[in-house]
Amino acid sequence: MSDLAAPARGTSSDEQSPRPRRREPVARRRTTRSWFSLGAGALGLVLILAVPLYLEATWLRVGEYAMVGAVAAIGLTLLTGHCGQLSLGTPFFMLVGASAYATLAGESDSDLWGLGLPPVLALLGAVAVSSLAGLAFAPVAGRVSGIYLSVATLSLVYIGLFLGQRFSQLTGGAVSGRPAPDFTIAGLSLTSNEGDLVVLGVPMGAQERMWYLFVAFTIVSAVLALGAVGSRPGRAWRAVRDNPASAAAMGVHVARARASAFAVSSGFAGLAGVMTTLWFGIMKADENEFDGSWSIGIAIAVLAMVIIGGLGSVGGAVAGAIFVFGFPLALQLLVPNVPALASLTQGEAGFTPAVLTAFAYGGLIVLVVIFEPGGLAAIGRRLRHHLGAR
Amino acid sequence: MTTFLQLTVNAGGRGALYAMLALGFVIIFRATGVLNFAHGSLLLVGGYTVYRLSDPLGFAMAVVAGLLVTGALAVLIERALVARSKNADPIALALLTIGVDVVLTEEVARRLGTETPFLRAPWAQEVIRVGDLAILQGQLVALVSGVVLIGALLLLLRFTSWGLSMRAQAENREAAALMGIRNAQVTAAAWLVAGLLAGVAVIFLATPDFSGSGISRSTHALALVAFPAAIIGGLDSVGGAILGGFLVGLTEAYAGEYIAFDFAKSAVFIVMLAVLVIRPSGLFGSKEVHRV
Repeated sequence: MSDLAAPARGTSSDEQSPRPRRREPVARRRTTRSWFSLGAGALGLVLILAVPLYLEATWLRVGEYAMVGAVAAIGLTLLTGHCGQLSLGTPFFMLVGASAYATLAGESDSDLWGLGLPPVLALLGAVAVSSLAGLAFAPVAGRVSGIYLSVATLSLVYIGLFLGQRFSQLTGGAVSGRPAPDFTIAGLSLTSNEGDLVVLGVPMGAQERMWYLFVAFTIVSAVLALGAVGSRPGRAWRAVRDNPASAAAMGVHVARARASAFAVSSGFAGLAGVMTTLWFGIMKADENEFDGSWSIGIAIAVLAMVIIGGLGSVGGAVAGAIFVFGFPLALQLLVPNVPALASLTQGEAGFTPAVLTAFAYGGLIVLVVIFEPGGLAAIGRRLRHHLGAR
Repeated sequence: MTTFLQLTVNAGGRGALYAMLALGFVIIFRATGVLNFAHGSLLLVGGYTVYRLSDPLGFAMAVVAGLLVTGALAVLIERALVARSKNADPIALALLTIGVDVVLTEEVARRLGTETPFLRAPWAQEVIRVGDLAILQGQLVALVSGVVLIGALLLLLRFTSWGLSMRAQAENREAAALMGIRNAQVTAAAWLVAGLLAGVAVIFLATPDFSGSGISRSTHALALVAFPAAIIGGLDSVGGAILGGFLVGLTEAYAGEYIAFDFAKSAVFIVMLAVLVIRPSGLFGSKEVHRV
């Protein structure tokens, strides 16, 4: 592996993948390359903000759903990539966050509970509640590790399925669901087209506004995650991942570090859950454990994002999410316009976009594990190195 | 009391199937150190093969074909994929099997389309009456086949040279190799056995006696309920898997009847969590030892 010999210069700490391991930079200096990447980042941000001015609402929804996945994957990459805990419990914490938001911000009626709080407060409450739910799992997350933990977290999906159907006052139940409360800031709705809003001559409908909201959520998540990775908790998590015994000898409280990684990751999942209900416009419990918004299918999809992107890499998690969540929706939009796709996907036993995506990400997971354990992040790092070394 | 007995008898049949699946997990884990998340898709592929071939070949031959397919597929996964990633850690290997599982499951689901066919086993939906008890014949056949197969497997592990090499390899892979045990053969054989067990289990699981729907994604989900069986007993304990299987069967039956029907699966997982909090490596699993 040629990148093992590469100097660690100019790599930011988010690129800490399980292997190859790098030393963290002793002091952060602004090198030419870091100025360059700062400029590229600013340019990228401008492009992302300009997207709603040009793209149609149906395409914006594709990007928004990818951002839902990105936030969940950022949370999981902290837990799995940095603390070494494989979790299939993400959908449970998404469900907790989503129901908490719907309950805190929603209105009460004959068979629904709601507190009618301001949506911003409800959002913060939802993230806090899902983090607490993650913390409540500490007796298991702190003690159980490795493969045993992955199955232990699977139990959360089953428990979530049962609770979601039982507490229909909170979740809306599996049959009818409940409306997702509008997200408003200072009286301006960011998830519907109430009130006129025009930016650069383009009217901002529901999808345009939601795009900006979701971009903000994703950026805040990424910044928080990078902050955690580069500071004391992140170092503690990696120490526990690499060797629990030596971490303990260095003064890291192993059970506490594991539990904290779980709680933090659950907070991100909770935010992703809120985004899911806003995206669908409805809050609904699942009907079974294998497909639905809070199901094993989602657990595996989020895990796939993290692996394909490269365990531990925040940027990779976003890239993985664009692929796993964005690809099927984009394909769905392309089908009516591309005759070759239409004939492939239709008819009995057709290769629907969902099937094609599952093939693609299932296959990619296998390839990544066998050939490139660092995922897309490692490939990107190597490309950058080659470009920089010219 | 009759209900209780009835439940216990039914749980016995289901427990035997869970024990078979859990044994598959344990045998693979002991040989390869990987938790096989692709077990559910082995079930699906096996069930689908039996369903497709039942008409042209008859049920018995279709079952033989199904067993050949699941066994071969398991060996293929091990030889072509798992064996190639020797340096990957257990978590990466588990992820690998998840990838395989996604692809196989989607393919079978795509082929099935909207169908959820039941397997037409000759014993399906027949009832035997003993006093007040109504025993489904399928449950009884499942219990008997389970006990016979598991017993045979235990004897194989105890008394044959393959069993000895399996146990030696589980103790210490390198030392076993130095003693002349061919790791590749032993490992492949372990996956073969696990695949065959899954192939047998699905014949029962996809009949009306056991589940509300035929071959579908819910058949696949049944393998996930067998995870707790393997975990409760301890992932590297053969005896633990058998105990865990029956424990899961009983928990499911009692919780479904006495608490709530839709609580059954959650109850299984809650029991598993309780066991894990007390013993993080299951009841009989060996503890992980960390060296500094």
